[in-house]
Amino acid sequence: MRFSGLRVLKEGLTGNKGWRPHWRDPEPKPAYDMIIIGGGGHGLATAYYLAREHGLTNIAVLEKGYIGGGNVGRNTTIVRANYFLPGNSEFYSHSLKLWEGLEQELNYNVMHSQRGLINLFHSDGQRDAFARRGNAMINQGDDAELLDRDGVRRHLPYLDFDNARFPVYGGLYHPRGGTARHDAVAWGYARGADERGVDLIQNCEVTGINIEAGSVTGVQTSRGAINARKVGVVVAGRSGQVAEMAGLRLPIESHVLQAFVTEGLKPCIDHVVSFGMGHFYISQSDKGGLVFGGDLDFYASYAQRGNMPMLEHVMEAGMTLMPMIGKARVLRSWGGIMDMTPDGSPIIDKAPVEGLYLNCGWCYGGFKAVPGSGYSFAHLMATDRPHEPAAKFRLDRFRTGRALMDEEGTGSQHNLH
Amino acid sequence: MRITCPICGERDRREFHYQGAAVALDRPAPDAGAESWDDYLHNRENPAGPTRELWHHEAGCGAWLVVTRDTVTHEMQGSELASALQEADS
Repeated sequence: MRFSGLRVLKEGLTGNKGWRPHWRDPEPKPAYDMIIIGGGGHGLATAYYLAREHGLTNIAVLEKGYIGGGNVGRNTTIVRANYFLPGNSEFYSHSLKLWEGLEQELNYNVMHSQRGLINLFHSDGQRDAFARRGNAMINQGDDAELLDRDGVRRHLPYLDFDNARFPVYGGLYHPRGGTARHDAVAWGYARGADERGVDLIQNCEVTGINIEAGSVTGVQTSRGAINARKVGVVVAGRSGQVAEMAGLRLPIESHVLQAFVTEGLKPCIDHVVSFGMGHFYISQSDKGGLVFGGDLDFYASYAQRGNMPMLEHVMEAGMTLMPMIGKARVLRSWGGIMDMTPDGSPIIDKAPVEGLYLNCGWCYGGFKAVPGSGYSFAHLMATDRPHEPAAKFRLDRFRTGRALMDEEGTGSQHNLH
Repeated sequence: MRITCPICGERDRREFHYQGAAVALDRPAPDAGAESWDDYLHNRENPAGPTRELWHHEAGCGAWLVVTRDTVTHEMQGSELASALQEADS
């Protein structure tokens, strides 16, 4: 089923009776060439690119809940490529390029909106750091522009520029940054994988990983055993539990990150704005709700909900930066479970078990990575060689200390990112 | 979320700093080898359920606590002074 303007018109005139489910609901087969554990954005994208780029279609994606029900439907939808360090820089650059062709490629409206992202700075030292980051982005081939105070004012006239503690000195503008509709990204990849023959199996929880003589032979699930010689674990948030089924301990601790949305308002915030000093960022959804968030709650959690201290902190930061939002009523808050690594960067690598592949550790930045992660992980699983833009996301970098990617410069240690 | 400090009683979570899993109490010997140190520094059980972790009562009495807490429900299941545990071990 393809979407087109003509199709929408025809369906509109005929009672919308021609629409069909976007993917099948197959029974799991006893064996596949490959199994992807996790039907989130990254898992679905992996399955899609395995089929699209490598012609591998005898694949099952096993999802314990439903497609779009995990972190891919809980994030704050920001898409950007403003990383600084080698490793992250080329990876997110590649991912953003995939985003820019995604709607045409998937024939699916993911509402990718390159509305521009502005990271604010509030001191001379921060200005220097952001100038350097902007140069790194330009050297990578992406776009960045250092805005002075008046430059920020032209884009964001509503900020409290003369705040006593954090006066706005300027911002780093990333015009190609923006947002996308997160559910549609999951649905688009799901449909694309399904129509190429991938089985998307929902309500199918993996309960064990079968290993014989050091090699993976399949998985145990709530819907029976399924065999495969290659198994990809793409379950960020729950990576620790699934890795344990293979006898592994990962350099990951799961934390909760909260997000908030207000009632729908007329358009007022045109960009994605981040206020790093207050650990606050915000954008406005196409429905009009202000979508915003802050930092981790900073304790290990699988609860998918946070506590009041961080809620209070985020509200205070929002009011500090843009007092105009003070009368907007908050409709909902929720939490997502983040795979936090010691250096704050992800892992796409082979596991120390033959046939087992890991895609995890996305910390609080997994959404924008969905296309790039799927593309690179599919390459790794299909060819057994790392894909160049993701080649530095190695599992052993913590042990060796080589090529750590600590964007914040706070140290490679748990609970610092 | 409120944490019971054995010295100060039940206090708001804001008074405490979270250090992480209580592995810090099982520090390997200096010559234990790279693998033990890698495991100690980086790899985690990361359980969904009861876990033991270190909290510092930094805005209170300054004590280090070993708190048992359920990571799925956030339920507090007990806390002890880290120093008392270490003395009991030695």
